[in-house]
Amino acid sequence: MITLKVNGETREYGGDGDMPLLWFLRDLLGLTGTKYSCGKGLCGACTVHMNGAAVRSCVITMAAAADAEVTTIEGLSPTGEHPLQIAWAEHDVPQCGYCQPGQIMQAASLLASNPNPSAEQIADAMNGVICRCGTYQRIGKAIASVAGGDA
Amino acid sequence: MSAYRIQPPAPPFARKAVAASTPTAPGFEPVRAVSRRDFLKAGSVLVVGVSLFGCSPGEPPAGTAAESAPSGPWTPDVYVTVEADGLVRIISHRCEMGQGVKTSLPSVVADEMEADWSRVLVEQATGDKKYGDQSTGGSLSIISFYQRMREAGASVRAMLEQAAAQQWGVPVADCRAANHRVVHGPSGRSADFAELVAAASVLAVPPVDRLRLKTPDEFRYIGKELQSVDLPDIVRGEAKYGADIVLPGMKYAAIARPPVVLGKVRSFNADKAMAVPGVEQVVELPAVEPPVMFKALGGVAVIADNSWAALKARDLLEIEWDEGPNADYESEAFRQQLLETVRQPGEAVRDEGDFDAAAAAAAQVLEAEYYAPHLNHMMMEPPAAVASVTEDSCEIWAPTQDPQSLIPMAAAVTGLPEDRIRVNMTLCGGAFGRKGKGDYADEAVHLSKAVGAPVKVQWSREDEVRHGYYHTVSAQHLAAALDEEGRVTGWRHRLAYPTIFSIFDPAANSPQTLELGLGALTLPYAVDSIRLEKGAAPAKVRIGWLRSVAIFQSFGINVFTDEIAHARGMDPLDNLLDLLGPDRTIDLASFGMENKENHPFQTGRLRGVIELAAEKAGWGRSVPAGHGLGIAAQYSFDTYAASVVEVAVADDGSWHVPRVVMTVDCGQVVNLDRAVAQQEGAAVMGLGFARYGRITARDGRIEQGNFNNARVVRHGEHPQAEVHFVQNHLPPSGIGEPGVPPFAPALINAIFAATGKRLRELPIGNRIG
Repeated sequence: MITLKVNGETREYGGDGDMPLLWFLRDLLGLTGTKYSCGKGLCGACTVHMNGAAVRSCVITMAAAADAEVTTIEGLSPTGEHPLQIAWAEHDVPQCGYCQPGQIMQAASLLASNPNPSAEQIADAMNGVICRCGTYQRIGKAIASVAGGDA
Repeated sequence: MSAYRIQPPAPPFARKAVAASTPTAPGFEPVRAVSRRDFLKAGSVLVVGVSLFGCSPGEPPAGTAAESAPSGPWTPDVYVTVEADGLVRIISHRCEMGQGVKTSLPSVVADEMEADWSRVLVEQATGDKKYGDQSTGGSLSIISFYQRMREAGASVRAMLEQAAAQQWGVPVADCRAANHRVVHGPSGRSADFAELVAAASVLAVPPVDRLRLKTPDEFRYIGKELQSVDLPDIVRGEAKYGADIVLPGMKYAAIARPPVVLGKVRSFNADKAMAVPGVEQVVELPAVEPPVMFKALGGVAVIADNSWAALKARDLLEIEWDEGPNADYESEAFRQQLLETVRQPGEAVRDEGDFDAAAAAAAQVLEAEYYAPHLNHMMMEPPAAVASVTEDSCEIWAPTQDPQSLIPMAAAVTGLPEDRIRVNMTLCGGAFGRKGKGDYADEAVHLSKAVGAPVKVQWSREDEVRHGYYHTVSAQHLAAALDEEGRVTGWRHRLAYPTIFSIFDPAANSPQTLELGLGALTLPYAVDSIRLEKGAAPAKVRIGWLRSVAIFQSFGINVFTDEIAHARGMDPLDNLLDLLGPDRTIDLASFGMENKENHPFQTGRLRGVIELAAEKAGWGRSVPAGHGLGIAAQYSFDTYAASVVEVAVADDGSWHVPRVVMTVDCGQVVNLDRAVAQQEGAAVMGLGFARYGRITARDGRIEQGNFNNARVVRHGEHPQAEVHFVQNHLPPSGIGEPGVPPFAPALINAIFAATGKRLRELPIGNRIG
């Protein structure tokens, strides 16, 4: 039996240890804010925090997630008003919105480790999370606005 | 973004949009019988534009008097319901895929009816003919429904004003609605809409010719900036896309599809797949027969109790395929075939003057060839759909751009009458044309029927890259005749590409008017001899429309235009304006297209966006070493767009775009912020096509599979887009697609300006060699 914490709650899993964390979150816990897009760790749509770091949940197996503390977009803020979520609203970042939970989780991880990133550091940190609608310009501005700058 | 911004009620999440895409309750809510009560009651004629992609006309207006509903919700229009407490529900019947239509069209209704946006809830429609055309493509939503939404809002406003006048015993001319109240001018007395619902609900709906529409200076939301209604759900991870739908007892399916289009299963062994824990059964799908349309491709499906088991087991299926007639598709050979085709005369589809005579008399004949490979949509949400088929009903949940198309398809699979089929539209996690083709929903219907339970079909990324619908592959040959004085006396454009229409008619093997009309037929140059020739090209994969459609035509035309400028020794901007010639209206009917009364093709508006882009970009200024400016413009989807790209090329040939200025004339802008966002996105997509866009086939199979080899633009590669809309109040046109086509040619022209290297094939990759 694999035990892990998701958004503060202890969860158990007794199935195939090769199952990616993504599908445990989506299919077994119903936390559908974490999105499937590539399944290979190439696009970042499934980004969650594991033990405080941004990871691609589509390539983290349940065996590897044993005893981990996982935070998904649903658990980022108890009120859904994390500074980045508000900044995303103020800059009207999303178009289709599908990648945005992953973008926000990646950005939250960046700001947790570097509260005042440069535009280049933002680009480096966000490079792994694809937005096909092309909202990068606004993502950069929204992150910078939370970081205190105004890129 | 600007002082005009309309902020939502503070804080940003105070107003929560109704998650109208929330699935029907578990199991299956019986298909709602559509009564006359639900139909449009306003005396207005549904305005339905000519669809690019086959849509049905809207229901005509029915009845003239609103139903009496003194204590309940009042539905004076198929799109509008006013609750007893004054809450206004507005139906969004088109597909929301990121373009913002779920905000923009309802805001037009709210504006005309003087509703307070904070007391409006937007609800997503199901697929239903009563809403008129729902096939969301061709940048048509605003063109087709702007006027209809204004009339709906104005009609409700008029009834509320009349209700107030009756209650107060005053002339209606003295009563004006303003921000969810009706005010009696002379006395200053006022009433909230809530207080007027009962009285208004028994009034006759006014005829459309008696409606007073607002003047632009009265607009409350139109032309301003409204936040997307789904934004709060999106940033909290609560927005529902196709794969997010969960039904009780639902099974999960993954499908091994024929690796070559029109291939068939010869035999298969599912022993290893069945051994995967969670796998319940394996189902063979019927092979698709041409025309492929939007039908399921066939193959073998694994049914499991979770997505992962289905996907894993699917890969363990051992299948022997009969590969069918397309196994010979090989991209390099096809490229040569297309180039050979355009080196020969084709079928003339536009022929003015005498190009051959112009060429014979020319001092110089300039020629160039261009090639662009297949592209695919690469929307972030791969196809997914849920279907629940029972003995007497079928319900579908899907991210779909064309919900009504799924109804006859499901009827054909299930044998059910169409009124027993319901299609729920989820948000689309990107679509770009792909989700106008509901093969994935067809698969879900087949499988739900086969297993007797609700089924979710989940496509993997590789499934979508290898089994998608592809933007076509093309070759073009352009020639221009220049006389002694450097005047352009003749223009000949030969092109060959497999047509979109091949998915509907296997015999269709050359470009059609719809595609040619996006730049090539509509060439607006004032040149005496213009000849457009098309060549034959068979379709060996499913060809589908993709945002902007036939994008390469703008590439060929705008790059060749730049080549002409240099051959003439002219500045590219001066050359472009010279070719465009004097302002005039182009007769689209002369090319077999339609002249639209509200949207004539006026070259002056194209000149306008070109000049505006040049001005804003500082055309002619000196740029740093290695930098260059390039310009391109196109009229498409009744909208005028231009781009000036600034490129920076390093000594090692690597390049990036520090800035692009994009200008658009789409008439009256509806939601300025979303219109700007569409152009920002168009720049990123245009850049992606130019840098990376390439799908190739070998042995009939698509060679790419995921974001590692079907690359798209990532954060840090994106250009800084600066967007300017021409401010006017002309009838509005689409903004989802027209921004894309000018980007690649403007980039190629900028690279020439920076380096002197002329690139004629896409994509150009990360380095200019």
